Amino acid sequence: MGTTNWGSSMTVGEIAVIGAGMHPWGKFPGKSFVDIGVEAAKEALRDASVSWNEIEFLSGANTVRNGYPGWVSASTFANALGFQGCQLASSYAACASGVTALSIASSHILAGVCDVALVVGSDQVPKGMFAPVPGDRPSDVDWLRFRLMGLSNPAYFGLFARRRMALYGDTQDDFAAVKVKNSIHGSQNPNARFAKTFTKEDVEASPIVADPLRLLEICTTSDGGAALVVSSLEYALKKGIKDPVRISGISTIGPTYPNAVIDMPYFASDSWAKSGDQNHTFKNDIAQHAYREAGITPNDLDFAEVYDLSSAYELDWYEHIGLCNPGEARDLLHNGDTSIGGKIPVNPSGGLGAFGESIPAQAIAQVCELTWQLRGEAGNRQVKGAKVALSINYGMFGHGSAVIARR
Amino acid sequence: MVKNRVPAVDGMFTMDFDNPSLIGGKALTTGSFYFPKDLGGNDPASVNDERREEVLLSSAGKVWSYTSADYPPALPFLINSEPFEPFVIAAVHLEKENLVICGQMMPGIQISDMNVGMEVKLVLDVLYEDEDNEYIVWKWEPLTGVAV
Repeated sequence: MGTTNWGSSMTVGEIAVIGAGMHPWGKFPGKSFVDIGVEAAKEALRDASVSWNEIEFLSGANTVRNGYPGWVSASTFANALGFQGCQLASSYAACASGVTALSIASSHILAGVCDVALVVGSDQVPKGMFAPVPGDRPSDVDWLRFRLMGLSNPAYFGLFARRRMALYGDTQDDFAAVKVKNSIHGSQNPNARFAKTFTKEDVEASPIVADPLRLLEICTTSDGGAALVVSSLEYALKKGIKDPVRISGISTIGPTYPNAVIDMPYFASDSWAKSGDQNHTFKNDIAQHAYREAGITPNDLDFAEVYDLSSAYELDWYEHIGLCNPGEARDLLHNGDTSIGGKIPVNPSGGLGAFGESIPAQAIAQVCELTWQLRGEAGNRQVKGAKVALSINYGMFGHGSAVIARR
Repeated sequence: MVKNRVPAVDGMFTMDFDNPSLIGGKALTTGSFYFPKDLGGNDPASVNDERREEVLLSSAGKVWSYTSADYPPALPFLINSEPFEPFVIAAVHLEKENLVICGQMMPGIQISDMNVGMEVKLVLDVLYEDEDNEYIVWKWEPLTGVAV
């Protein structure tokens, strides 16, 4: 474990996760994002033994690639399930949208505004790399980074990976080993897009996309959906669930200036001329807030789901969430610590490497995996005896996203 | 016919081909540097006085990291040549300002020419063109020149 001081704890109430549901991830050209989200929602409701009519609040994570219905996702999903008059909220925070939606549901429950809520996110995406929304916007850094230098998302993953190689001596072999590990995990997950277990040779045979990263090491874009039914602890008890999975911490923080490590979609860092800290990165702060809410440290974790947009990026997250000190991630990987059966499995679901990105769904999907694992229902990918887990993610422009769940 | 050379975006760099500079901002109250001048976020310490003076940033720095675009980037990137020519991207640390700024490396630079820590300088080059104009952007090139 790392040596960071994670700060003092806060007093924040807990909510229960009483249902988790997913639509499998992949390419489903015959379906809309609504079809996919509704299927995931119905799975979660079935899992919770809660009827749609009992839901008091629907919190939707938006998609920006499916027109207006995607921007008002809660009302879209509620209409598709059948308007029954519950409260609605629709959220967008890029890849953090799912946890933003979950945090609103959690706040409503903890404030006593509702007892039970449904959280849904789904997407249906065009093929190929993500691109800015159309139109000429020379005051939008997301538009400018593409126009002025062709700085696509994989280019950031390449910059981070090369930086690891320069700072810590990591190699392309280390990065390939992350892909191999996660493909073994994902092969045991029926909801994952890719069932194949890849070898180091498979990775090496795939073309370079953003040096030093190869095609098989960069997560693809997927159609997919995920949903949760969350409630007060009293409501769970009333439903006869005596020992539910509980959410003890949610982080939706933004960065603290100056963010010295360059982040998507910016093409310049903040200046650290005054702070003097060239290593300050937002990504170190995201988990910290969730640890403080939950009153735990990384030592308490039994496993983690992290945001592996690329193979090398997974190694960054081991350090950002405090599993080890900077530069030590590959030791954890090669010791087998982060494989299922190891000391602190990372991405037992297979991660984005096995699923691909479905932006509004992915942070919710991570919490689905936390739920199934903590219940002991994860089949061949089960982390034995798991009691406490973290999921982490972050939304472009500066939306943090982390959840701590326990049982 | 000689085409007009126009900046691909206004206000981010000088059009001095011999000695180009990026145009940054320096907060009057805190002294913090920003690039671009008015898009580079804000120091919360200057929330009540956001005035920034325009400053020319250092035109040389050291490579913080680098990568390549081996596949064509999506729109609004405009592909200037068919077939697409892969290029190298560098993130460069400017020592005085303690800023890291990205840009393409000049055409002809290969990944094998790159090292983290190598010295590079700012240059201007064509990003794309149409019938009348060449649209200019900043790029980086090794301080020691290009061995192509």
